[in-house]
Amino acid sequence: MPNAIELKGVSAGYGETVVLEDINLALAPGECVSVIGRNGVGKTTLLATIMGHTTLHKGDVLLSGKSLNRVPVYRRAAAGLGFVPQEREIFPSLSVRENLEVGARPGQWTQERMFELCPNLKERLDNRGNQLSGGEQQMLSIARALLTNPSVLLMDEPTEGLAPVIVEALTAVLVKLRRESGLSIVLVEQNSRVAFEFSDRCVVLDKGRAVYDGASATLRDDPERLAKIIGVSE
Amino acid sequence: MSMQAPTAPNIGTNPAALALAKRHRLRWWEPLPWLLAIGFYFAFPRYLGFGTEMLITILFAISLDLALGYAGIITLGHAAFFGAGAYTVGMLAKHGIWTEPITGLLLAAGVAGLIGLASGLVLLRTTGLTLLMLTICTMGLLEELANMGADYTGGFDGLDSLPIQPVFGLFEFDVLYSTTQYLYVLGVLLVCFVFVRTLVYSPFGHSLTGIRENTLRMHAVGAPVRRRLVVCYTISAALAGIAGALWAQANAYVNLSVLGIDRAATVLIVLVLGGYGRLYGAFVGAVVYMVLAHFLSRLYPSAWQLGLGLMLVAIALFARGGILGIGATLLRGRTEESGKGDVKGHGAP
Repeated sequence: MPNAIELKGVSAGYGETVVLEDINLALAPGECVSVIGRNGVGKTTLLATIMGHTTLHKGDVLLSGKSLNRVPVYRRAAAGLGFVPQEREIFPSLSVRENLEVGARPGQWTQERMFELCPNLKERLDNRGNQLSGGEQQMLSIARALLTNPSVLLMDEPTEGLAPVIVEALTAVLVKLRRESGLSIVLVEQNSRVAFEFSDRCVVLDKGRAVYDGASATLRDDPERLAKIIGVSE
Repeated sequence: MSMQAPTAPNIGTNPAALALAKRHRLRWWEPLPWLLAIGFYFAFPRYLGFGTEMLITILFAISLDLALGYAGIITLGHAAFFGAGAYTVGMLAKHGIWTEPITGLLLAAGVAGLIGLASGLVLLRTTGLTLLMLTICTMGLLEELANMGADYTGGFDGLDSLPIQPVFGLFEFDVLYSTTQYLYVLGVLLVCFVFVRTLVYSPFGHSLTGIRENTLRMHAVGAPVRRRLVVCYTISAALAGIAGALWAQANAYVNLSVLGIDRAATVLIVLVLGGYGRLYGAFVGAVVYMVLAHFLSRLYPSAWQLGLGLMLVAIALFARGGILGIGATLLRGRTEESGKGDVKGHGAP
């Protein structure tokens, strides 16, 4: 069975500027991985490259074994890539219902299933996007991506800017998603605690290169090594 | 485990959310413009020609609102489609090919829509000022084409005394007494408005709003952005074509003015004045603009545009949402006072 998502020797960036160099990453169907690293090491660029928002200089991006190199962004989404952006980017003048409907496609994820994951959204269906709290906006952003019924979900720092209590609740939702959805998920996080709790495998980026790809537990149990390769500790 | 984040007041207690929930439904005041239009028919029988022109302007402004207000397509060349519709009806009637009015409208919509599709496929690859200039160029090209094809279009003189058949074979057009024209245009406007209202509240309409607000995000949820913009532009062009065809039928002539920058600019002013992206902005803008233009030109024949210009400057400076935006702001003030809600943005009446 082909990998759900695979990057082979990928070098990419913005125009002539190269941000990622020689990235190799493969996720089996249903596998989840966290990507951690300091600011500016290329974590967001990694997801943007998978989505097709950057210039691919070298290598291949494959979805279920098929090359995405020349596929436009909207077709990548239609082919099974779901994307939760860093800034949430919900549509402020559309209601929650309309935000959910705007990209929805038939599949295992329905609105009802979504509301089991996040009952708050059900209560807010007719609220406008800009009337939601930060945590609710983040859940809406995740729900909107899930309703496109992707096979691979890309999440860019979903806990950024949220209060600790919301981060805790959101982490629980992410873990539940990992356990029950069967999706392949790439989670980009600066909060290493959230990253380690989310997945058994983690990748560390530094200066656009993958400097670690292995068990989360190894890094979690070795704070010195963690501090050395990403410059922050738990 | 599910997420229970601390939240803002919910739908049950939030008046702004309740207002939003109701926005797709028919609101109590929505029949009002139509009742006023019928009232105008009885109250001002001598002004039905003026009323007909106003209704046509409303339809033209609605077509522009779909492209500009909802999808965010910046255009200053929408008269291209108005003119295409007008010339389609005019040429077919003048050369004795087709004089039935209602099917004439469909033909005009088809031609204008095709031009919208063809130009949209090229134009909508661009954005911003480039797009703006290209829309003006398209209009200029069509205007010159109409000017040069004098054998078919009448050139600079245009085509007059168009033989249009009675509506349903019963109601004759009379250029001096616009009774038939007024009711006919009102009926067509109602049909087109219902269509547009349904469209903007459909998932397709929501995706247009999404494109206007965040194109990249719409790409990322799998929406074929350019295709949807082209579809929207084509529909908008077809509606503008219907407006142009109505103008030609109602006046029984067509000339180069239907393809001019003046007409394109006027409809944009009408929309800005009323409030774009609000459906009813076209109604309010057209009525205010035309009534003001009518009376100001009688009071100050040499400088009537100055008054309109000053009002437009005031609107641009102090009320970006147009006249309806002022109303929405006042309404929001009241709502926030009572429930700390928020009903700002597009989609308000």
